Amino acid sequence: MSLLELTDKLIQWVSEMARTQGYSPEWAGFFTAIAIMLAVGGFVLGFISVVAMLLIWMERKVSGHMQSRIGPNRVGPFGLFQSIADAVKLLLKEDIAPKMVDKPVWWLAPIIIVVPAVLSFLCFPFHKGWIPLDLNLGLLFIMAIGSVSVIAIFMAGYGSNNKYSLIGGMRTVAQIISYEVPAILAIVPVVMLAGSLSFGQIIEAQSFRWNLFSLWGIVSFIIYVISGTAEINRTPFDIPEAESELVAGYHTEYSGMKFALFFVAEYTNMVIVSMIASAVFLGGYYLPFGLGASPVWMLLKVFAMIFLLMWFRWTFPRLRVDQMMIFGWKVLLPISFANIAWVGIWMALKL
Amino acid sequence: MTELFNTALTPWEWTQLISFYGIAALMIVAALMVVTLRNIFHSALGLAAVALGAAAIYLMLDAEFLAFVQILVYVGAVVTLIAFMVMLTQRASHGKLVRQSNDQKTISFIVVLSLFALLIWKIPTTVWNTTVSTGNLADAKTLGTAFLKEYIMPFEVISIVLLVALIGAIVLARREPK
Repeated sequence: MSLLELTDKLIQWVSEMARTQGYSPEWAGFFTAIAIMLAVGGFVLGFISVVAMLLIWMERKVSGHMQSRIGPNRVGPFGLFQSIADAVKLLLKEDIAPKMVDKPVWWLAPIIIVVPAVLSFLCFPFHKGWIPLDLNLGLLFIMAIGSVSVIAIFMAGYGSNNKYSLIGGMRTVAQIISYEVPAILAIVPVVMLAGSLSFGQIIEAQSFRWNLFSLWGIVSFIIYVISGTAEINRTPFDIPEAESELVAGYHTEYSGMKFALFFVAEYTNMVIVSMIASAVFLGGYYLPFGLGASPVWMLLKVFAMIFLLMWFRWTFPRLRVDQMMIFGWKVLLPISFANIAWVGIWMALKL
Repeated sequence: MTELFNTALTPWEWTQLISFYGIAALMIVAALMVVTLRNIFHSALGLAAVALGAAAIYLMLDAEFLAFVQILVYVGAVVTLIAFMVMLTQRASHGKLVRQSNDQKTISFIVVLSLFALLIWKIPTTVWNTTVSTGNLADAKTLGTAFLKEYIMPFEVISIVLLVALIGAIVLARREPK
């Protein structure tokens, strides 16, 4: 059953309920509309918080083993419920608002930062036909919606009225804007060859041969993974929240559930970057050379990519700001342009 | 409004209606924020909200490409640059407040009022083409082909203008004091 059919079932059920309760059809329609909005919103938010909690547990386990530690192991089997305990703790914490913050801006920032992360799941390709909404412009949609998180980081940095937050916010935005360019340009060759921006069609084009299995594909993949890591502010690109320099960057002044929302957004963005890398370069739900297709492969690839990002974090030291900027503009950008030109020439010769 | 509640609407139509009025109200509030708030940063955020609302309305009209590019350009680039400039020029303190008006209040009021009257007078009398055009006019492929075939000259000229602006900005920013 596709998602649309499921929604249709839900609509029928709710309007039937409203009618039996004695409401007129138009009010039944109104209640149904509200119920659908609430149901979809609740489901998506629940799914995302569970994924984020699982990833936080995974990160702690991975980092533990990489540093010859065990990681969380007290709460539940293998410490699996540690994140739930942490979430409960964060929920119960006092919500402290510093006196001099810019109230509305400071208050809205953690809410807005979750929105693009949640919306990006709209195009998550689980399997053939199992894409919540296979937009014709899926990739463009995710890129566009991702730029909204820049505004949220700005709001957090500015609204906190704190030097560390301000510097952290500005560094983050400079970094995201710089690395957005190579990230998009790395995907352009794939779009050129597939002739589409929709996830469904890009994955279908790789049903036999993944995009990774070529010289340009490897170059694009490496550029995308590096820029993706920079876009989600993870080590070695964690300059925006460098603990040793900036306390915690733009979320220094946040505590309790507001801090948790920043965390959820960060881990959800990690899923999105891994999802794009898996769908665009690693064939999505397809095994290579027509060996089969299943949503399991898609999820495995996404988790492998997440593991790679975690591996980066616990292996590489942090870059300096100037090194990072030079690397983005003077190394990644020319290479990605050369890559596009190379694929373009190859396509022109072949056609 | 009475007509609205007498006709039975399907849940999808209700969803659209609620979304449209919600977005429209948000856009009006945000637009008022842009022109009335005294903190530039807040005004910039209002501008971002207006751009997002416009993108949402484009989406409801099935103009996906326009909507996403609207977000990418206005929220991702224009508002980000404004916010960046505010943060670079203002200090972290919120002490600096700007006046949004100058001494030309009377003249500008007359101009704005006449423009408003013109719109109020013209909008109901204009015949709007409300039928959906056949084919996917706004899809990426059609736009790309149009840019590189029919409109190649304007496209290239705009690129050169942008390049000149870029070089000019670098020259101005790097000018060494004598």
